[in-house]
Amino acid sequence: MPFTFSFYDFTGFTQWIDVTLRGACSPFWAVLWEMVIVGVLFLAFYAVVGLYLVYAERKVCAFIQNRVGPNRVGPYGFFQTIADLIKLLMKEIISIREADKLLFNLAPFIVIITSFLALAAIPFAKGLHPIDLNIGVFYVMAISSMGVVGILLAGWSSNSKYSLLGAMRSGAQIISYELSVGMSLIAICVLAGSMQLSTIVEGQRDLWFIFKGHFPAVTAFIIYMIAATAETNRGPFDLAEAESELAAGFHTEYSGIKFAFFFLAEYMNMFIVASLAATIFWGGWMPLHIPGLESFNHVMDFIPPVIWYVGKTVVIILIMMWFKWTFPRLRIDQLLNLEWKFLLPISLVNILIMAFIVLMGWQIGL
Amino acid sequence: MREIFNYFKSIFFALKSLWTGMKVTGAYFFKPWKIVTQQYPENRKKLKMYERTKGELVMPHNDKNEHQCTACGICQINCPNGTIEVKSVTVETADGKKKKALNKYIYNLGMCTFCGLCVKTCPSDAIVFSNKFEHAVFNKEKLVKTLNKEGSTLKKGAE
Repeated sequence: MPFTFSFYDFTGFTQWIDVTLRGACSPFWAVLWEMVIVGVLFLAFYAVVGLYLVYAERKVCAFIQNRVGPNRVGPYGFFQTIADLIKLLMKEIISIREADKLLFNLAPFIVIITSFLALAAIPFAKGLHPIDLNIGVFYVMAISSMGVVGILLAGWSSNSKYSLLGAMRSGAQIISYELSVGMSLIAICVLAGSMQLSTIVEGQRDLWFIFKGHFPAVTAFIIYMIAATAETNRGPFDLAEAESELAAGFHTEYSGIKFAFFFLAEYMNMFIVASLAATIFWGGWMPLHIPGLESFNHVMDFIPPVIWYVGKTVVIILIMMWFKWTFPRLRIDQLLNLEWKFLLPISLVNILIMAFIVLMGWQIGL
Repeated sequence: MREIFNYFKSIFFALKSLWTGMKVTGAYFFKPWKIVTQQYPENRKKLKMYERTKGELVMPHNDKNEHQCTACGICQINCPNGTIEVKSVTVETADGKKKKALNKYIYNLGMCTFCGLCVKTCPSDAIVFSNKFEHAVFNKEKLVKTLNKEGSTLKKGAE
């Protein structure tokens, strides 16, 4: 198979790698090598994205508060988070005498592995999609809600009241907001007629789902944004690590690189929910197409899909940071009120309306 | 019916008030030239200082080397850290009256928390805070300062 590479379609490139590997060694080793390649790429991607999201958050927060933000390490403080990581790597990992040793050491890995697993199902560009599961949306939902196990274990095994309170709050929060995330995604799955992420992206070739589905899609998007912010334990829903009440919540007793794992996983979860929102509501790597404007659609096609994907994800991440640095933290009763009295009933009705629209064939651009 | 109406009203009111807050922070985010942080060591030459900055305590003297301190000691009483020590002498005026006069106004910068109670309570406005804030020295004895100048006298009519 000849070598082909294009920024618009990675299928040829990935197939070339596959064919070359299968030609060079037995199928077992070929699959193993592919897994190693994908794993190493993801590790690098994970580190870079995690570090630069922390940097971005600090800069965005600074600009919103009329400050400068990190600006000493490198130009515009560009290497600040790398320096922070090196510092955290060299710090002592303090072991707690009364802690449950096994669970205490296991918890950060559970948190980081679940966020790592969820990345696998995200389509980055055409042909750049590690596993195209036919229940991709379900898989991402299921995996990302496993992270709470790690948080609960961290809180329980630390043997500290702050950690336990933070973990319990986090558990209550994630269990309730998981419902809204699922319901708002189901509304779009009804519209797409599939749970496979590649099919969902292909279905937005003519028009993104947020425009295609009238107001139920917009409502679903708003509910998803609120619930996803809560699910990633970010402000204004950061009760699990409310600094002013609980020291640092579930990771109070952690230090050094284990603390960094929690920190990185938090930002990576934000990246995952943002890219899921971009994929499901804004078309993922699909360029912006408007039915009827042929020349406009053609110009949009010239921008590579990876850039579309990254751009949409970055915009959604910025919106989530904007939430965090604007709104005050909710109380636990307000948090549960918002979910059970507002978001859940609205999203249930929303699914009904969406199903009705799909049954009647009223989607825009159909 | 009214409850349902109020339910939806509360949702729209909530969204509206959230949007108000997001408009403010969003406007700041898109105006990076409005940053108020000063990058100190770089802009030392053209550092913008404000009147309210409490750098250190000073006693202003006019060009005739006169200050306004009557050595009443109210600042010393009000100082929570014992930063100020007013040393006074009793002098005899021309018409035979005995009066307190300032001998030495000792201010220990190292102990000052810059609360400003001394300036606030001074009845004759003899002391103020200056903007000078670079106080690093090699020896903490150098932080004990005498604020009244050599040979200065009380300003006429300041009693």
